[in-house]
Amino acid sequence: MSTTNPAIIETRELVRDFKKLRAVDRMTFTIEAGEAVGYIGANGAGKSTTIKMLTGILKPTSGLVRTCGLDPMSRRIEVARRVGVVFGQRSQLWWDLPLRDSFEILAAIHRLQPERATARTAALVEQLEMGPQLGTPVRSLSLGQRMRAEIAAALLHSPELLVLDEPTIGLDVLSKQRLREFLVAERRERGTTLLLTTHDMGDIERLCDRVLVVDRGRLAFDGTLTGLAGTVGARRLLVLDLAVPTPALVDVPGTQLVDSESDGLRQRLAFDAETTTAAAVLAHVSGRAEVRDLTIEEPDIEDVVRRLYAASGRA
Amino acid sequence: MTPFWILTRAGFRRHSTYRLALLAGMTTNSVFGVIRALLLLAALASAGSDIGGYDAPTAVAFVWWGQALLGTVNLWGFQEVKDRVRTGDIAIDFLRPVNPQLAYLAGDLGRAGINLVGRGAPAILLGGLLFDMAWPPGAASWVSGAVSVVLAVVVAFSGNFTVNLLAFWLVEIRGIYLMWMITGGLLCGLYLPVPWFPNWLRTIAEWSPFPSMLQIPIDILAGRVVGAEIIATMATQVFWATALLVLGQVVLRAGRRRLEVQGG
Repeated sequence: MSTTNPAIIETRELVRDFKKLRAVDRMTFTIEAGEAVGYIGANGAGKSTTIKMLTGILKPTSGLVRTCGLDPMSRRIEVARRVGVVFGQRSQLWWDLPLRDSFEILAAIHRLQPERATARTAALVEQLEMGPQLGTPVRSLSLGQRMRAEIAAALLHSPELLVLDEPTIGLDVLSKQRLREFLVAERRERGTTLLLTTHDMGDIERLCDRVLVVDRGRLAFDGTLTGLAGTVGARRLLVLDLAVPTPALVDVPGTQLVDSESDGLRQRLAFDAETTTAAAVLAHVSGRAEVRDLTIEEPDIEDVVRRLYAASGRA
Repeated sequence: MTPFWILTRAGFRRHSTYRLALLAGMTTNSVFGVIRALLLLAALASAGSDIGGYDAPTAVAFVWWGQALLGTVNLWGFQEVKDRVRTGDIAIDFLRPVNPQLAYLAGDLGRAGINLVGRGAPAILLGGLLFDMAWPPGAASWVSGAVSVVLAVVVAFSGNFTVNLLAFWLVEIRGIYLMWMITGGLLCGLYLPVPWFPNWLRTIAEWSPFPSMLQIPIDILAGRVVGAEIIATMATQVFWATALLVLGQVVLRAGRRRLEVQGG
């Protein structure tokens, strides 16, 4: 492992118990400054619990955790100044005040110089296209608008580390896209370290160069997304609606038939993006039957995680 | 601007968005003010003399300052912190580089401010118009009365905040909360002046923080407490404000170590 960058997050043998349940089990990993890390796992695998320990909200049962080199429990305020956090399901904005006020209050709380606060707010508002909403009370914002505002709020003090817990949950495709583009640009410009939990594979693909998979509180995988896909063979799914009943497409090169419905009017083929392409599969099928419609399903995180759990014999 | 001041302003603004609630509060306070003032005046008339040092104008002042400060001093408490502990939103408060107790205190002072302007001032003006009321006897009483109101807000806030924090340990704090409200409502001197209490109850009240939330500022504003006595009564308020703030801080620290935010 390279040691060129200082560690911004370090855990060693980190454990957290809730009564009889062990939510996080001897977790050990390091994240260097500037990395973008996706933290994934099934519901209840221990993702949020880890994040809460990293940010000083939750006291570990045992083990070590350092954020920006500090113990987040005893040095909460210093850590809060250097970290920005968004919990997708909780708001850090002032519900009944215009959005503008939330930015003003947060700037004051973080003791930003007035000029710096104004410039930073203006830049974030422009990049996240929130100008028209500044005068709107937060409670009246749409989910997409609110999520952009939450991210701006978390970035207002230019933190070294940005932690996003399910930032795209419930967002439509366009809102997700805009949010991801913004995060890519923000990281390119400032080198902010990113730690992200998500159920959306698209978030990981677009934003992260490293993936940590957690299973029942334990680290089950630590590596690149390509490495993860290689380990579990994350496959895309081509759903074909055919014009006439067609015999099962069992021998299309590079694919595997998942199922066939209504006498073969709808068939699902799984394929590995490394060995063939959607276009090649489509061309092959078109030679045998008329294709009326098609959709492609991307591998979802649950699926990848399930396969990983299965591969490691713990499903 | 300092974080404390801007949070106070935010509290003021938050609560000023609910204008209808302010208007409703003012109306209720005024109607009850009229009824209570008439009742007390009738009691004084039937007694034929002062009761416990209150003549008619001071009794009227007692009623109307009480009604005016009812919304300003948070006698009925608040549920926000308890709800945030229960839902886990308290986590958001711990992610900010400020002390949550002071942040909530700032917000509560802002809330008190808008209630004083929007509910308290109209009520006291109405009381002064409708009844023969004792006004503060001089500039010293106005100024120390104002400071005493701020201290009352702080004492009530710190007590309420600490009660809210019990949610870290208990699933349901409604029962404790109700007890706090009933005891507080009685002992703070809202229904009857503390000097009218039977001796045993007055002793209990005087050893509790509750008179610091209402009786003391009313005594100063009604001119019952003057001169050097003002300093002594306000010292009691300062004592309780400090004690309850420190207690809240200790409980908050303990609660943070116990916090179990689950899900999301």
